[in-house]
Amino acid sequence: MSDQPILEMKNVHSGYGSIKALKGVSIKVMPGEIVAMIGANGAGKSTTLMTICNIVQAEQGEVLYEGRVINKVNPEKLPTMGLCQVPEGRRIFPRLSVEENLILGAFYRNDKDQIAKDIQHAYDLFPILGERRRQEGGTLSGGEQQMLAIARALMTKPKVLLLDEPSLGLAPIIIQQIFDIIKDINREDGTTILVVEQNANLALQAASRGYVMETGEVTLEDKASSLLENPKIREAYLGE
Amino acid sequence: MIQEFKKVWKPYVIGMLWMLGLLWPMLGVHPDGTLTFQKTFTVWSYIVAGSFVILLVYVLNASGSITFITNPVSKAVSGAKSSAQAMPTWVWIVTALVACFVFPQFADRYGTDVAINVLLYICLGLGLNVVVGLAGMLDLGYIAFYGVGAYTYALLNTVYGLAFWVCLPFAGIFACIAGCIVGYPTLRMRGDYLAIVTLGFGEIIRLILNNWMELTNGPNGILGIDRIGWFRFAFEGGIGFETIWVKKLGLFYYFALGLTILVVIGVNRLNFSRVGRAWESIREDETAAELMGVNTFIYKLLAYAMGAFFAGLAGAFFAARMKFVSPESFTFLESAMVLCMVVLGGMGSIPGIILGVAALIALPEVFREFEAYRMLVFGATMIIMMLFRPAGLIPAKRMGQRSDDKE
Ligand SMILES: Nc1ncnc2c1ncn2[C@@H]1O[C@H](COP(=O)(O)OP(=O)(O)O)[C@@H](O)[C@H]1O
Ligand SMILES: [Mg+2]
Repeated sequence: MSDQPILEMKNVHSGYGSIKALKGVSIKVMPGEIVAMIGANGAGKSTTLMTICNIVQAEQGEVLYEGRVINKVNPEKLPTMGLCQVPEGRRIFPRLSVEENLILGAFYRNDKDQIAKDIQHAYDLFPILGERRRQEGGTLSGGEQQMLAIARALMTKPKVLLLDEPSLGLAPIIIQQIFDIIKDINREDGTTILVVEQNANLALQAASRGYVMETGEVTLEDKASSLLENPKIREAYLGE
Repeated sequence: MIQEFKKVWKPYVIGMLWMLGLLWPMLGVHPDGTLTFQKTFTVWSYIVAGSFVILLVYVLNASGSITFITNPVSKAVSGAKSSAQAMPTWVWIVTALVACFVFPQFADRYGTDVAINVLLYICLGLGLNVVVGLAGMLDLGYIAFYGVGAYTYALLNTVYGLAFWVCLPFAGIFACIAGCIVGYPTLRMRGDYLAIVTLGFGEIIRLILNNWMELTNGPNGILGIDRIGWFRFAFEGGIGFETIWVKKLGLFYYFALGLTILVVIGVNRLNFSRVGRAWESIREDETAAELMGVNTFIYKLLAYAMGAFFAGLAGAFFAARMKFVSPESFTFLESAMVLCMVVLGGMGSIPGIILGVAALIALPEVFREFEAYRMLVFGATMIIMMLFRPAGLIPAKRMGQRSDDKE
């Protein structure tokens, strides 16, 4: 592909009222790659993703998607453009069934037959969801909910998938499973993935490049393998 | 059995003493300042005796001494339940429809009057359900749109002499517009804030009706509104139309029934449509809905407008029946009442809401003698309901089952 980034933030500032959460964040995501953003709790990772989706407005700077400025694009338009986020804490629709959650993922789409096929595809990807298709989303286990959240986002047919802490609160074996699936999605569909994580180890292993975020600023940017070997990173984020 | 009794006697005694404390200010303190105890004690002793009997039955049941009665009863109940569930939905619908159709044939004037009331409130409840039950927005000013609908018909009729059927769509549309006007600035808020703001806007609309003397005749209301007119072919002297007025209450009942059926069908269709699903996603998680491509603002506004539209239609019927409207009919208490019906019946469930309305309109009529204690009974019913059936009389069908239905 080209060397034109599919998603880019240029010196973005944003926050919540007087709280400045992002202080000039610049990142680039190339088509087809997995990029990890790691940082401690409260560093501003979720705010970064929410600012990309315009749920939190950027006060300064530009967010570009496929070369187009999307600062002013309403959040609900983004899935139609191929940009979708799996928010922190999964945020599935708890009182809707698994299947209805998936149907809502395809909300903007009209191609009924293809939607049915995609739902089937989601069940192939996550067999447990197929078994639980009639169950209410809120009654699923944490890992299943995360899978549902990812499957729901995939129903929008994203070109770029933003993942906010997919490992949050899950058992190590489930986390491994989730990251395997993330890698599969990237490899098979060529979906570009920006994953935000506190679990730096797994995220960096899956990613090709990584950003380190501290108190609203990107402090380090490198190849994922180099970040994994960086003694400072190992000390601060890998607990060594 | 003694053991069981030991467990419950303390809360019982405390509860009864508390009851006495609550009862006395209501019954013993008179407006002229005199204080009496006689009446309080008689009422209280009845309550104590009554609840003691209930307590006794409860204790006997818990200790298993009356299994010879409870076993057959519970068997019969569960048998009835399963046979009721085995019956397909359409059997229920047909039975209900037939019952509704023959009802005025058996009821007297008073009964028909109450039934019309129930029908109009069903429309209101179902409309509010779109806002509260489906889209999940707590609306405390809902009755204002009922008022807008009623005043639309009242004014168009008394000022311009327009017929009911001409005004009916306008009543719906004006209420809808009022809904959009109120909704546009308020729907950016969420949760509690929204509830308070809708409460405020509801009052504003009522105050406008109350204070705009030139247009609405203020608190005196509007008199002399026409009944529903009904066209009939007149063959004498060429073919033409002749207006007959729907004077008989029984006939009005059928029109109200027609409206109710239309509203039920409409709400049911909305429920299962793409729009309904969008509303539910907003109710469940607004941010997630937005991230999935649901235009939350438009859909919230649509829910508000649809709810207002149904209320507006019901309002026109209300005006036509009463032949008189005044702002007094559209107070906050009415909004609260409709909300209670929705919550009592079961949010999101159409049969539930119908039952909730019937319970809250018909029961107070049945217990008319206890007029003074109406609110007391009302409050107690709500508390008991919330304890035993927190999801309403007939809870909304689980969404999971809904996907099943389609297959
Ligand atoms: N809704 C909010 N209102 C106010 N401040 C917030 C809100 N959400 C996050 N913040 C603040 O913004 C900063 C960044 O938070 P966040 O992006 O959630 O961090 P992370 O996802 O890296 O843990 C924190 O200081 C947090 O307290
Ligand atoms: Mg976060």
